[in-house]
Amino acid sequence: MSKEAKEEYNDNLKSIVFQLNNEEYALPVSYVGAIETMMPITRVPGVPKYVKGVFNLRGVVTPIIDLRERFGFSSYEVTDSTRIIILQINDIEVGLIVDAAYDVVDIPRNTIEPSPEVIGSVQVDYIHGVAKLKDRLLILLDMEKVLNQVEVKEPYQTES
Amino acid sequence: MEINEYLDVFIEESKEHIQSLNSHLLELEKKPENIDTVNEIFRSAHTLKGMSATMGFQDLADLTHKMENVLDAVRNHKLQINSDIIDVAFDAVDHLESMVFDIVEGGNGKKDVSNLVAQLNAIEQGESIQGINMKEKESVATRESTRIGSLDQFETTVLQQSVEKDFNNYQVNVQLDEGCLLKAARVYMVFEVLEQLGEVIKSEPIVSELEEEKFENDFTILLISKEDEDTIKQKIMKVSEISQVCISQFDVNQHAVPAQVDEEKDGSDKQLSIQSKEDINNDKNNTKNSQLTSKTIRVNIDRLDALMNLFEELVIDRGRLEQIAGSMKHSELQETVEHMTRISGDLQNIILNMRMVPIDQVFNRFPRMVRQLAKDLNKQMELSIDGAETELDRTVIDEIGDPLVHLIRNAIDHGIETPEERKQKGKPEKGTLKLNAYHSGNHVFIEISDDGAGINKEKVIKKAIGNGVITDEQVATLSDSQIHQLILESGFSTADEISDISGRGVGLDVVKNTIESLGGSIRIKSEYGKGSLFSIQLPLTLSIISVLLVEVKKEKYAIPLSSIIETAIINKNEIMHAHNKQVIDFRGKVVPLISLHDIFEVPSEQEDETFHSIVIIRQGDKMAGLIVDTFIGQKEIVLKSLGNYLTDVFAISGATILGDGQVALILDTNALIK
Repeated sequence: MSKEAKEEYNDNLKSIVFQLNNEEYALPVSYVGAIETMMPITRVPGVPKYVKGVFNLRGVVTPIIDLRERFGFSSYEVTDSTRIIILQINDIEVGLIVDAAYDVVDIPRNTIEPSPEVIGSVQVDYIHGVAKLKDRLLILLDMEKVLNQVEVKEPYQTES
Repeated sequence: MEINEYLDVFIEESKEHIQSLNSHLLELEKKPENIDTVNEIFRSAHTLKGMSATMGFQDLADLTHKMENVLDAVRNHKLQINSDIIDVAFDAVDHLESMVFDIVEGGNGKKDVSNLVAQLNAIEQGESIQGINMKEKESVATRESTRIGSLDQFETTVLQQSVEKDFNNYQVNVQLDEGCLLKAARVYMVFEVLEQLGEVIKSEPIVSELEEEKFENDFTILLISKEDEDTIKQKIMKVSEISQVCISQFDVNQHAVPAQVDEEKDGSDKQLSIQSKEDINNDKNNTKNSQLTSKTIRVNIDRLDALMNLFEELVIDRGRLEQIAGSMKHSELQETVEHMTRISGDLQNIILNMRMVPIDQVFNRFPRMVRQLAKDLNKQMELSIDGAETELDRTVIDEIGDPLVHLIRNAIDHGIETPEERKQKGKPEKGTLKLNAYHSGNHVFIEISDDGAGINKEKVIKKAIGNGVITDEQVATLSDSQIHQLILESGFSTADEISDISGRGVGLDVVKNTIESLGGSIRIKSEYGKGSLFSIQLPLTLSIISVLLVEVKKEKYAIPLSSIIETAIINKNEIMHAHNKQVIDFRGKVVPLISLHDIFEVPSEQEDETFHSIVIIRQGDKMAGLIVDTFIGQKEIVLKSLGNYLTDVFAISGATILGDGQVALILDTNALIK
């Protein structure tokens, strides 16, 4: 890759935009394996509450996380727009339940700002930053932190 | 690269030949007079030599060549087999093995073998055959006129055969022009001409030296051809810059080393070695010891895995189709689906069988190991193996080798006593180690038993308390077998002194963990002073298992059939309470009850039912009853993992996909019984 191309590549972060609790979140497309509609879920006992269970993703048993609950919102309700985003990070494959997933955008890297002190009055480590795109505010997630189970046991920690 | 394609084949075949060398050498040690065994060894060594030379692994080829020489001497009764020779031969095989492993790991298979080669030479020359090496040395030293010096076994037999088949053996001396610039090129052209005319057997100097132009102006070639001298001469002369060609008949018998007197025998052996590949396929009754092989192809295990995965998907879709056909009540569709079900059932058997390999693959390295260990420890012992043909899934085979090695080492090091001790105890001086494998139900059992010292209970208890594995109070409650099981706990080693054979104290718990990770279990029976028996129970296959599907409220769980004793329906009145725990009297035994509903916190309120469905499960000699809501039925399922995100879910060993596409969880019964 030539230097210019690399810079151009670096300039924009191609991201999937999804909706959760009326806010818009973004995560890099490179992590996303697929986006599925809602499927039957089998509950797994003895796992954190936001892990809704496992489901059959074309023959692969895949764990599924309710992102709303993970972020401390109320649990999901299935609507026509509810989607499962299949995330592939390192060796881990999980599904994320989101309210809707509808857009792919290029986020210029220079518009990404570290998360401001106050977003919905909480400060959490899994938010990578925010980006303002025209009149939209996208919250960029640090997916590895989102999947971090140790953190997750008490998902809603505020820092003073 | 083209060579890589062959490298795999080379490595696989080399391993086989080395294995065959090992086993036949062991046999030879027992029956030194058996010439058939020598021939088998010779054949393996010979093929190995040929292959490694072709692949350019010169050290390998050299070593095997020397081995071959020694063996040849033995075969021709010039040498008497004794344990020294066997030792050196084993040593040589070890070196071969390490070279092959080097190649496997991407090395070039180089290793200093000069010491061994010298030893082999010494053995070879110990008796009357000084021929080969001496002559070779001479010919190297006095290479003024290039003439064919000595011939090895192989070359001699080829030449002898060619005579029998009315070919002519020629010694062709080619003289190049004084001013020839590209000598190697000319040599190449001459060889090309000659190869069209017949077969080049040997050249002096050797080809590699010719290629590097390490010769004066002439070289000599041994050629087998049907053409007459003149034709050959004319054809060679067509190559430019050749000044002179001398062709003479070559008499094999003059040049043959004295060792090769037994012409007829050599001839037939030679044929054997050439045909050995076809022999393996066609001539099963060739010798009683020839390996049991049929027409086979090698398939990469990855491809089998891929096939298995695809088939698993098919099984799931089949289940779905069955459901649809059932609900549509369309007779033609139902018929077709039934047919498909039968066929896929057969297919499943075939695919599963393809992954099965005889446990001999693991066992066959043990005789050698036992021999070596016994020698190192100055113990006498005999290993007997039963059921080596028992088949197991490939994945299990791959994993089970190390644990078995561990157990065998333990048995020899700690179990079998020294000959003197055994004599004192009134046992035969020779200890016996038995390896036994057999099928039973859905399981394969591997047993390792010895008639050695057995487990010293007192010592185990003392040690266990010392290491904090158990407390003083617990001792009284432990049964003998429970005490024996203690040696499987981590940080346990009863050997007073640490030897390098075993006894680092990291041993047996690793064995136990490996076996349990394969879904198996290990049990110990031992009688102090009489011997011990380690019994390993393994599942036949890891990918498709039989389960009982049960329902707890709306959730479905799969319980492996292998751990189920039976199912029962009991009345609420039969449940008793002991220590605030629910128990039942089951065939005279008190069995604790576990409610899956409670353990898995199944949502929905618990209803008070009069009758409970119970699955009695067993782990070792402990039992428990699982309370479920309904039994759905027995089913073959495909075992799948929960992925890397959900690890260590309590009492769940995996998941499977049911006919309706939904996921059901598989119970880990081991975790439920404490």
